[in-house]
Amino acid sequence: MDLAVEWGQVHALLGENGAGKSTLMNVVYGLVRPDSGEIAFDGQPVQIRGPLDAIRLGIGMVHQHFMLIPPLTVAENIVLGNEIANRGVVDLDEASRKVDELSGRFGLEVNPRERIADLSVGLQQRVEILKALYRGARLLILDEPTAVLTPQEIRGLFDVVRALIAEGKAVIFITHKLAEVMEIADAITVMRRGQVVATTSPKEATPSDLARMMVGRPVLLRVDKKPAKPGKGVLSIQDLVVMDDRHHVAVDNVSLEVRAGEIVGVAGVEGNGQNELMEALMGLRPIRNGTVKVEGTDISRTTTHERLRSGLGLIPPDRHRMGVVLELSVADNLVLDDHDHPPYARWFIRQFDAIRSYAQRLIKTFDIRVQNPDQLVSSLSGGNQQKLVVARELGTLPKLLIAGQPTRGVDVGSIEFIHRQLLSERDNGLAVLLVSSELDEVLSLSDRVAVIYRGKLVAVLDASDADRERVGLLMAGAA
Amino acid sequence: MSRRALRWAFSAVLLPLVSVLSGFLVGALAILAAGADPIQAYLALFQGAFTNHNAFAETLVSTTPYVLLGLSVALGFRAGLFNIGAEGQFYVGSLTGVFVAYSIHGLPAVIEIPLGLLGGMAGGALWASIAGALKARFGAHEVITTIMLNYVSFLVASYLVDTPGLMLAPNVSTPRTPDIDPGAVLPIILSGSRLHLGFILALLMVPVVWFLIERTTIGFRLRAVGFNQGAARTAGISVGWTIVLTMALAGGLAGLAGIVQVLGVNFHMTDTVAAGYGFDAIAVALLARSNPWGVLPAAFLFGALHNGASFMQLETQVSADLISIVQAFVIIFVAAPSIVAFLLRLRRAPAETVAITQREVDTPVS
Repeated sequence: MDLAVEWGQVHALLGENGAGKSTLMNVVYGLVRPDSGEIAFDGQPVQIRGPLDAIRLGIGMVHQHFMLIPPLTVAENIVLGNEIANRGVVDLDEASRKVDELSGRFGLEVNPRERIADLSVGLQQRVEILKALYRGARLLILDEPTAVLTPQEIRGLFDVVRALIAEGKAVIFITHKLAEVMEIADAITVMRRGQVVATTSPKEATPSDLARMMVGRPVLLRVDKKPAKPGKGVLSIQDLVVMDDRHHVAVDNVSLEVRAGEIVGVAGVEGNGQNELMEALMGLRPIRNGTVKVEGTDISRTTTHERLRSGLGLIPPDRHRMGVVLELSVADNLVLDDHDHPPYARWFIRQFDAIRSYAQRLIKTFDIRVQNPDQLVSSLSGGNQQKLVVARELGTLPKLLIAGQPTRGVDVGSIEFIHRQLLSERDNGLAVLLVSSELDEVLSLSDRVAVIYRGKLVAVLDASDADRERVGLLMAGAA
Repeated sequence: MSRRALRWAFSAVLLPLVSVLSGFLVGALAILAAGADPIQAYLALFQGAFTNHNAFAETLVSTTPYVLLGLSVALGFRAGLFNIGAEGQFYVGSLTGVFVAYSIHGLPAVIEIPLGLLGGMAGGALWASIAGALKARFGAHEVITTIMLNYVSFLVASYLVDTPGLMLAPNVSTPRTPDIDPGAVLPIILSGSRLHLGFILALLMVPVVWFLIERTTIGFRLRAVGFNQGAARTAGISVGWTIVLTMALAGGLAGLAGIVQVLGVNFHMTDTVAAGYGFDAIAVALLARSNPWGVLPAAFLFGALHNGASFMQLETQVSADLISIVQAFVIIFVAAPSIVAFLLRLRRAPAETVAITQREVDTPVS
């Protein structure tokens, strides 16, 4: 594949998860060695054997998952590996001064003496960018930089990117979000399955063109949905208080109702108590105060197993940590919740015929792409793993589905599929609590939108009143 | 062969095999360094383990506890538990079992033997559950707790065995328990040898443990917890109970090993009956890659080494401790598969890495 990036330009690298964007950038940053081909920098062919080579050339990278040390301060993190030392003693004043100078120049305000642990995700990202600039980056690679930001923070990031470009630096912007590409990019390279399928620009291509190139077929960018016909209340949360692992209040007096046949979306920047809320609803985390009722029955004291049996389903927000057991087969994972109940087990003996035929049915209904049900889940793509989780949770015909980040790290085809499934189950009378940090997902699927900020529900809006701008402000706590 | 079959062949057959050979090779260097002839030594080891009079039967006698203890440790591994306590559970199982077996009198063997065995299993199971419960309830790491419980079990055993009025037999020169009731003695299955019914029992436990792990809901929960506690918990599996139950089952197997040794070989218990079987068992389970069937050949190897070592020392003056060096290196090689892969030049060529990456790309949506 070929890719040419010019100085003074934002070059967007667009593609689905698994298209090879990050792998390509890891080659540029020296984390992965290429098998063949060459890289030229400033017109000169170069060998990049490791990140040190890349840094020396002036290449900086901001990873999707930040590489920061939380207990250290901003300045300490920025100079780490490149400390200004005075006879072996790190000169933090000098470091802070340099950091201040850099942040002033590019509009990246951040207090150099603050600890990383105390910063918001948006500010942590600034620190990552400053770190790269401090090391003399002229080409900055941003890997999915907007995934963790509010719409307002995204705008701030774009201002920074424009300031960098104005100084003649180059930025490679990796993303799968079309709107962002259209707004910020000068040139666009679209990748699919490890290959460049097109090089274009926002002037030449429309968002639907880009989506088609990315996926390889026409894509519906909007979710079609009928108006909801909500029935009786299914989930009723009253004054719920839940603690996080550090015993701080994570869910703060939340009350919420979800009725049969409606999708209630919870919008919020990640880490505002959404995970603790879902875990408390599923019995995975103790409830400090308040009640959770399902169809009028208090379930706050029941075990996860009992809740699953009584008609709750959970698509956990972290697929690998909570959703699937990678080392077990597809069939085993599909009966993970119900493995010890008939017909999947009689006495203590597992009934493989029943497990297999059930698995085959779900594989077909939910379009999970596998060769056979005995295949290990680790060999499945992210999209298929997620469809497996969705299949497992919907396969038991629950009354209430808690869907946490249901399409995270999933290809466009699977996203469409999962969204369609959620909507059709809603139309069949399922109550859905959708928790997602993808604002577009919440806005396009939900019948009502609840906004969570620092553990509080700051607003519950009807879908018709929930526009991007308003919800974005609420998510940032500005209301 | 498919990639999966290849990987299986590597990890299940080739890796242990090459590890064992490499272990012997390093052992040979150690013998050379000590100024002896490795070929002579290994020859004597072989004779002592297999070809001398009754040597093969004796090897099977020492294989027996290794099979049961290896299964015990392997079972823990499958649930993600590193049970260092097999030695202590073996001890406690011997204690409770021997107490039952010398307390009963005059019942038929078909009742006395199972009673004794159950006594041993129950003791081991309860003892191991302590570590399980500590982990499930307080998150105390089982490596620490089982090591500590080992010491407790050694000291409790020697106190009980040494104290008159408790388990000390009357009128004996060295401290030991009374002999078990004759009805509880495991019958000899090969006349003229010490090979007893416990060997068959150990063999039978292999498919039983395999069935437990692979075919029952308990085994399924155990494996799910071992692979991914978060996902197991989210699916409503009680991680705590699974841990306690796994430890109890593992302890039961270790306790069974202990009482089988008493009912089949020693007939009473002194305070040194275990002789490190429980620690070697960790190596057996590692070599078996936690597979119950793999435990058989691994236990056989350890039984043979154990049995052949004394004859080797007698014949060639090479210390029997050399066997520990061989065993240690076998484990190092098993635990570091990349060393063996390197020895076999199986290091993946970069081109293959790319093939893997492409495979992981999402299937195109048609």
